[in-house]
Amino acid sequence: MTPPYTKKLLKHFKNPKFVKDVKNPDGIGEVGNVACGDIMHLEIKVKDNKIEDIGFKTFGCAAAIASSDVVCEIAKGKTLEQAKKITKDDIIKKLGGMPPIKVHCSVLGIQALKKAIKDYEGGKKGNC
Amino acid sequence: MKQIYLDNAATTKVDEQVIKAMLPYFDEKFGNASSVHLVGQDSKNALEKSRKIIAKSIGAKTREIIFTSGGTESNNLALKGLFFSNYPNKNHIITTKVEHDCVLNTCKWLETQSAEVTYLDVDEEGFVSLEQLKNSITDKTIVVSVIHGNNEIGTIQDLEAIGKICRERNVLFHTDVCQSFTKVPINVQKDNLDLVTLNSHKIHGPKGVGVLYIREGIKITPLSHGGGHERNLRSGTENISGIVGFAKSVEISNTLKGTRTKDIERMTKLRDKLIKSILEIQDTKLNGSNGEKRLCNNINVSFSNVEGEAIGGYLENSGIYTSTGSACASHSLETSHVLKAIGLSPVQSNSSLRISISKFTTDEEVDYVLEKLKKIIIKLRRISPLVR
Repeated sequence: MTPPYTKKLLKHFKNPKFVKDVKNPDGIGEVGNVACGDIMHLEIKVKDNKIEDIGFKTFGCAAAIASSDVVCEIAKGKTLEQAKKITKDDIIKKLGGMPPIKVHCSVLGIQALKKAIKDYEGGKKGNC
Repeated sequence: MKQIYLDNAATTKVDEQVIKAMLPYFDEKFGNASSVHLVGQDSKNALEKSRKIIAKSIGAKTREIIFTSGGTESNNLALKGLFFSNYPNKNHIITTKVEHDCVLNTCKWLETQSAEVTYLDVDEEGFVSLEQLKNSITDKTIVVSVIHGNNEIGTIQDLEAIGKICRERNVLFHTDVCQSFTKVPINVQKDNLDLVTLNSHKIHGPKGVGVLYIREGIKITPLSHGGGHERNLRSGTENISGIVGFAKSVEISNTLKGTRTKDIERMTKLRDKLIKSILEIQDTKLNGSNGEKRLCNNINVSFSNVEGEAIGGYLENSGIYTSTGSACASHSLETSHVLKAIGLSPVQSNSSLRISISKFTTDEEVDYVLEKLKKIIIKLRRISPLVR
């Protein structure tokens, strides 16, 4: 791997816990495009205004996969209002730091989450 | 954990025999080859003996070999040196879209100095079009510069055919053979080569040493001025230990016999085994050329729907070191210009993995890599949103 990654980041890269399809998701967010490299697909299940279940699939580097996993970890169990307030810095902190050239990966994670929430709020039972 | 180094197109392990040959030149025979005393003359002798070995390996005369600090410097010296000795009478350079960055960025800089540069297209296997080359040559053309063995995709250009065109049209021909040297026979006479870039660290020699072959009679402007070393073309005290190591690495590789060595045959077999087995994995594509026209140590494959840096990351976790053309792994976050030139889409480039073996690579290592790689691709495809 080119950049110096932290142990925490590598842990999430090697063994991501949230790689899954959420059953009957309430909101779906997909961001990124193949031309620039990373694509993140994130699904949420909402119950009582809280993110009850969350899962992701990512085409991207170690930082992208780790960021996706951590955004899921932070968001799970949070209310939608709390989840919307998650920032890229929360992800970077949880990963123990990130090479500057990879910060955009954490931004992508936040965007995917926000898009999934918006999808839920927009159509309630959103189907993307 | 077992460490398996499969990034030999980046650099190679220095051969033990090379290290042994170099060692006396650090403390016993440490003289400056320009000194007239005995200590200096020991170094001078070693320098000239090394020059002779390298000259012979490409069919050149001893005085046509200029030692430099490596491939990058040699390519800079060749192109800038030719440009400034020909400008303003001539200002046109022809190169390709699949060169190493040190050629492309030299050309881009020369464009700011009034050079006109033509970047030739390549076909899907990475070969330049001889027709396009012919059509690009003008009366302003100074030199045609084409990489011999491609560092990313292993494609070996037909030097003889390109050299013939250049000779017929009376333009100079420069080639960068850093990747192919000692793997493919190179002869400056047969191939009509006027300038050739060689380096040491890709062939189990030390880093920081290279050569520019310049055919006798060709004038170039030096980039560094000083004590007039290397026929006034490259001033600076010669790196004797490095040069001795470089010559030793050439000697070991046996090119002097002009035959394909056992190492090359073995690497070719391992390369083909890797390619065959990797292509058995679903949705994979070999990048570059096939068979004899591919470097014996290069494998470059795109794995649909998985990202190259992530593959490399998981391989590294298993102690296997490789490389990728993915944007994620580059300092500029841009995909490989070589993969783009052969027509790969960004997603295909981002899915590429380069494995480059060496004479030290074993059958067992190849088996281990294949076993790990197959599992990694399954795992990453499970993570990928592109697999529906």
